[in-house]
Amino acid sequence: MSTLAPSPAGRVGDLVSRRAADGPSPAYWIGFALVVGALAAAPMVLPEFWQRFATEILIWGLLAMSSDLLIGYTGMVSFGHSAFFGLGMYGTAAALLWAPRGGALASLWAVTPKLWAAMAAGLVAAAIVAVFVAYFSTRLRDIYFSITTLVFSQIFYVIIFTWTDVTGGENGLTFRQPPFEIPGLLSLRFSQNGLHWFVLAVVAGSYLFLRRITQSPFGMVLQSIRENEPRTRAIGYHVERYKIVSVMLSGIFAGLAGVLYAVQNKFAAPDFVLFLISGETVIFNVMGGMGTLVGPVAGAAVFLLMKEVFSRVFYEYYLIPVGVIFTLMVIFMPQGLLGVWRRALNR
Amino acid sequence: MPFDQILVQIVNGLVNGMILALVASGLTLIFGIMDIVNFAHGDLFMLGAYMGTTAYLTTGNFWLALAGAVLGMAGLGAILQVTALRPLVGRDPLTTILATFGLSLVIQNYALWQYGPVPRKLTEPITGHFKLFYVEYPWYRILIALLSAAIIGALYLFLKYGKHGIWIRATTQDRVMAEAMGIPVPWVHTVVFAIGAAMAAASGVLFGPTVGINHAMGFDFTLKAFVVVVVGGMGNLAGSILASIFVSLLESLASIWVSPAQAIIVSFVALILTLLFRPTGLFVPTPK
Repeated sequence: MSTLAPSPAGRVGDLVSRRAADGPSPAYWIGFALVVGALAAAPMVLPEFWQRFATEILIWGLLAMSSDLLIGYTGMVSFGHSAFFGLGMYGTAAALLWAPRGGALASLWAVTPKLWAAMAAGLVAAAIVAVFVAYFSTRLRDIYFSITTLVFSQIFYVIIFTWTDVTGGENGLTFRQPPFEIPGLLSLRFSQNGLHWFVLAVVAGSYLFLRRITQSPFGMVLQSIRENEPRTRAIGYHVERYKIVSVMLSGIFAGLAGVLYAVQNKFAAPDFVLFLISGETVIFNVMGGMGTLVGPVAGAAVFLLMKEVFSRVFYEYYLIPVGVIFTLMVIFMPQGLLGVWRRALNR
Repeated sequence: MPFDQILVQIVNGLVNGMILALVASGLTLIFGIMDIVNFAHGDLFMLGAYMGTTAYLTTGNFWLALAGAVLGMAGLGAILQVTALRPLVGRDPLTTILATFGLSLVIQNYALWQYGPVPRKLTEPITGHFKLFYVEYPWYRILIALLSAAIIGALYLFLKYGKHGIWIRATTQDRVMAEAMGIPVPWVHTVVFAIGAAMAAASGVLFGPTVGINHAMGFDFTLKAFVVVVVGGMGNLAGSILASIFVSLLESLASIWVSPAQAIIVSFVALILTLLFRPTGLFVPTPK
C-alpha cells in the first residue's frame, strides 16, 4: 500500500521460493567476499584524502542501511534518522568525557576498555531515543509517520542546541579517540587503516545481521506490512509491535553509525542531529535503491562522490545539481541504481 | 507574571498566527487537491521574500514589490508543478515528499547562491507605532495580520463562489468525476499549486520587514506549516487557520518563560498530542 518503489512482478512467488532455497547462493557469497575484500584493500591503494573518504562512505552507508530497514522493508519513510545518529555520537562523547573521577567507580573505569564502553553508551543513548520515537511515531502511517519522525528529530536538535551546559551547545563536545582494546590482549592506537578496517568489520557485520533480519520470519512480516498493512493485520499479526521493533532496530543501527562517526572524528556536534542529515539519509536510499540494503550504501557512495565533484565546480552550492539529479531520479528512476538487482540481492 | 506581558504576547501570537495561516492555507490547498505534501513550501515563502527585495530595489515601492513577488512566484510555482510534480500524480504521496524535498534543496541553495549568506532587510511601508502597555507596538504588524486575513478571506470567497473556485473544489472531491464533467483537471492542479506558491510569496514579503530574510528561514516555516496543517486536520482550510492561531499563541505565551528557540517545542508537543489523541485534527468535527 505504501510502497515507494514499484514492486517487481511476482513478489508473492518470490516470498515462497525464498523459503524453499536455503540461504543465498555461492555466487552471492563470492560477490560479498569480493566487495569486502576490495573495500579492505582500498585504503592501501588510495591516496590519503580518499582513504578517509572511503571510511566515511562506509559509516554513512551504515546509516543509510539502517533506514532502509524502515523505508525499503517496512514501507515507512523516516525523516528523523539524524536523531538516532546524533544521539549515538553524543552518547559516545558523554561516556568518554564524564568518566568517573574518584572512588570505586574510577578504578573500575580504569580497567574498562574505553572504546567498547563508549560504543555501548552511544548505542544505549540511541536505543533510548529509538524506544521513545518508535512508541509514538508508529501509531501513525505514511506521511504522518514521516512528519512525526521529522518533528522528533527537531525536538532533540533544539534540546541539544540549547542545553549548553551538558551538550556544549553549538560547539558540541570533543574528546580523545579511545584506543582499540581487547582486554588482557592488546591496546592499539587507531591508525588510518586500522580505523578503516574496524569500521569495515562493523559495517559488514551489521549488513549480514540486517540481512538476516530481513529474511527471518520477522522480516517477512515487515515486508508484508509494506505490501498490505490491513491484510497483515487481518491475518492476525500485531502490526504495531512489529513496527515498533522495526523502528527500534533501525534506530540502534543508525546510532551505531553515529558512534563510528564520533570515534572517527573525535567530536559530537548538533549539526549531526539536524534534519539535513535525515534528508541525506533518504537521498542515499532513493539513489541507491530501497529494499536492497547494499543499494543505500552505494547511494551514499554516489552522493558523497557527487558532493565532492560538484563542490569543486559549484563550490558551496553543490546541492543545486545534487537536488536536481535527486528530483529527476524520484520521477524517472524511483527504483534507484541497484533496484534492478533487488530480487537477486534479497535471495 | 505581569498581566500586560501576557497580553502583548497574545497580540504577537495573533499576528504570527495570521502569517502562518497564510502559508499553511496554501499548503493545505495543495495537499487537499493533489495529495502532494509540499516539502518546499517554506522555501517558496523564502524565495518569495527574496523576490520582494529584488522587486523593491527596482521599483522602490513596497506594494509593487509585493505584487511582483506574488506574480513571479505564481509563475514559478506553475513551472515547478508542470515539470516536477505532474509526472507524480497518482503515485504514493510519499513520493511527492521526496520530489519536493529535492526541490527544496535546489531552491534553498539557489537563494544562497543568488543572494548570499547575509540576511536582507525589506523596508516596511508604514513605520508608525502605538503604545501597547510597555512596548511601542508597530502598526505594520497589525497591518500584516489584517492583510493576511483579507487574502485568506478572498481565497475563501473565490473557492466558494468563483467559477474556477468551484472547479477546484470539485476536483478535490472527486478527480475522475470532475474530469468527466469537462474540468481540465491537470490545469486545475497547476493553478492550485501556483495559488499556493503565490500565497507563500505574499506571506514572505509581508513577513520580510519584521525579520532578516535569509536562505534557511524556509525550513522553519515548512515545519511550522506542517505542524499546523496536521493539528488543524489535513486538507481542512478552516482547521489549519484556527490551528495556526492556536499554535502561534501557544508559542508566544511559552516564549515568556523559555527562549524562542525552545518555545517551538511547545508546538511540536501540541502536534504529537494531537496525532495521538485526535489524529484527524483538532478543529474538525468528530468523524462519525
